[in-house]
Amino acid sequence: MLSRVADSLYWMSRYLERAEHTARLVDVELQLWLDQSPETGAGRWRFLLEGLHAPGAKGAVDAAKLMNALVFSRTNASSIVSCIATARENLRHVREQCSSEMWEQLNRLYLNVMQTSPDEAWMVKSHGFFRAVQEGTHLFQGITDATMSHGEGWQYIQLGRYVERTDTLASLMEAHFKRNAQPAEQVVESAEYLEWVALLRSCLAFEAYCKAYTAEIRPLRVAEFLILTPEFPHSVRFSVDRINAALHVIGDLTERREKSPTRIAGRLRAQLSFSQIEEIMVQGPHAYLENVRSECAAIHSAIHEIYFDYPIESEMAS
Amino acid sequence: MTATALPSRSRVQPSFVRYQFETAYDEMFSAPGVPREHYQALHRTLLGLPQEELLKRQQAADLTFLHEGITFTVYGSKEGTEKIFPNDLVPRIIPSIEWAKIEKGLTQRLTALNMFLRDIYHEGRILSEGLVPRELVYSCKHFRREMRGLNVPRDIYVSICGTDLVRLPDGNFAVLEDNLRVPSGVSYMLANRKVLKRVFPTMFRDYGVWPVDHYPQALLATLRSLTPENCQYRQDPTTILLTPGVSNSAYFEHTFLAQQMGIELVEGRDLLVHDNVVYMRTTAGLRRVDVIYRRVDDDFLDPLCFRPDSILGVPGLFNAYRAGNVTIANAIGTGVADDKAVYAYVPEIIKFYLNEEAILPNVPTFLMTNGKHRNHVLQNLEKMVVKAVGESGGYGMLIGPHSTEQQREEFRARILAEPRNYIAQPTLSLSCAPCLIDGEVESRHIDLRPYILMGEKVTLVPGGLTRVALRKGSLVVNSSQGGGSKDTWVLREGNGEDRVAKIPSFERKAG
Repeated sequence: MLSRVADSLYWMSRYLERAEHTARLVDVELQLWLDQSPETGAGRWRFLLEGLHAPGAKGAVDAAKLMNALVFSRTNASSIVSCIATARENLRHVREQCSSEMWEQLNRLYLNVMQTSPDEAWMVKSHGFFRAVQEGTHLFQGITDATMSHGEGWQYIQLGRYVERTDTLASLMEAHFKRNAQPAEQVVESAEYLEWVALLRSCLAFEAYCKAYTAEIRPLRVAEFLILTPEFPHSVRFSVDRINAALHVIGDLTERREKSPTRIAGRLRAQLSFSQIEEIMVQGPHAYLENVRSECAAIHSAIHEIYFDYPIESEMAS
Repeated sequence: MTATALPSRSRVQPSFVRYQFETAYDEMFSAPGVPREHYQALHRTLLGLPQEELLKRQQAADLTFLHEGITFTVYGSKEGTEKIFPNDLVPRIIPSIEWAKIEKGLTQRLTALNMFLRDIYHEGRILSEGLVPRELVYSCKHFRREMRGLNVPRDIYVSICGTDLVRLPDGNFAVLEDNLRVPSGVSYMLANRKVLKRVFPTMFRDYGVWPVDHYPQALLATLRSLTPENCQYRQDPTTILLTPGVSNSAYFEHTFLAQQMGIELVEGRDLLVHDNVVYMRTTAGLRRVDVIYRRVDDDFLDPLCFRPDSILGVPGLFNAYRAGNVTIANAIGTGVADDKAVYAYVPEIIKFYLNEEAILPNVPTFLMTNGKHRNHVLQNLEKMVVKAVGESGGYGMLIGPHSTEQQREEFRARILAEPRNYIAQPTLSLSCAPCLIDGEVESRHIDLRPYILMGEKVTLVPGGLTRVALRKGSLVVNSSQGGGSKDTWVLREGNGEDRVAKIPSFERKAG
């Protein structure tokens, strides 16, 4: 597979994951806003920006402007519309690599969001928009899995999605833990309860959590669930497992299994597999998640260096 | 000059109310209200469909094009550069007997043009004989001195060709232009067919139309038959499609063809040359490339050899080509044979190499280098179509009857300044065909671009791209100038009665 093609598929997938993540977070925030007192509400916006690692987290925040920046702005490369447009552009560069159904779906999603404008009417029914973005990306994933051959290209799509997911999940939790008291075993009440539920919902994890631990919200268990559960698709460990699986297949296909991406990802995976939540709390969840993010960044650079943009000289010598 | 399609207005069916007749040949009607035999069933179908139904089907088709992203890019236009290529739902029908002549004529023409290219880049017999003026060839901006003495596989320079045909008022086809460099549009031929089969399935089956869907496979076979001598694995050469990239107007087509052929779509930056061997950069390391179907113009192929400012090409590609380590299709320097001034000599070229008369005639052409021709043209500019010799895609053109005084003056000055750069042709009334405009059937001017492949054998896919000048009265069919296209049906024998189980006979050994 051409390096440029792999690069485009990887980024396409990352951008789409980012769009979905942002849509989910903003949607959850808007719902939560309704339940909160005005003062807490204003504070939450800042938290949202921190969770997304977006600029402008300082100073007063205007809801309409913020919404525009996160959803529609074309100057913010991480806004939902920008992400979907960039994802589409990436796929357009490698259209012949994906199935026609995939292209059609992404193109439809793109045309749909491009038609939307941030006016009064939109603010009222914005929930529908965020749902459409999330459904659109889920549909794209489903179509990808059902119609594209699960070869090397598909693996880069997996890789992009889970690298992005690991990073965004870790960012979100980092911001959350920074803001709230050290997660404890006790069940939380009212105001705090809303915050923890919002975190779960932001990771699509509320229902799955309830199945595992009932509706009693115990912060320590929430943290455990989101970081260490191997079965839940929006947990850090699940995402890192997937990164590993994809890198192994790619490594075999390209005879590059011994190289650095596999090694770094394996190290991170081992760490997550054998960690206990109590230990993490002693070490400090903030530091732990920061380490996850920096390892994730290292995996990203290694993929780039080994598969996308390697020096020609080394290849000629071998 | 004009009359409505049906004799009396009271009996007129709604869909043909606005249909106009002109002096041009009408594809559907032999006389007002009298459809030609092969168009009768289509005529009945159109009459039977209410306007809303026609509109609905057209909208469904447009939506398909938009969702599938079957678009092209218009250069120099400000609002959204990606546009759908307008598709017209009424098919254009060509009876088998007419197609047989087209097929023979185009095979003959391409065979002769390939011999001509081989000759001018080697001995230059035709130039020594004085049949084609030496200065005409050497002054052509697409003539590549670098190609002198270089042998190409099978002596085939042009392996992919899309010739523009027009139907003259007497009903005969004539060649308007040879496109021998990087002809485009074949993906629209396939897309139109796909959409039309969905919109008119029953009529399509009843008509007995030759399929066109095997074009990508035929193209791949053609490319592979041109594998270079030095290829390591001759049974399985690595074939790629080289595109200028996503901003090129035909990018959709590049992705489409690469996908349909199952080959890599490659940009210049994916390739590199080392020791005169071309490699592409893959995730598993560098891989040797044997055959390049290039959709990049000569000028941009290799910055070391042609334009030094090109970033679309691959440094060193030409040397690898010269060394016989890679095939480039079409070959470099084929543009000299589709120069619009050289075009005027094609009938003589055919006679010289094949000792045959041209089966498909040329359109009368005036050379601006010839004083007599030039004076005639300058005196009759408002009746002429003036074209720049090296341009394509409808750029750099003057349509006399639709021009302003100022435009004519501008062209007059340009012709006098650079006579070699222009030719003129009398304004042709291209044939008319029924088209669906806002739910009604109207007549519009059309041309025909069949696609010819030449490798181990000659393959003509029975069909082609029928381009439509969608603006009323317009004669310009180019997609970049507001043209559209429609599906082209080539009928099997006897209007389809004996259409069962017949293998296409449209392939023949190259002469």
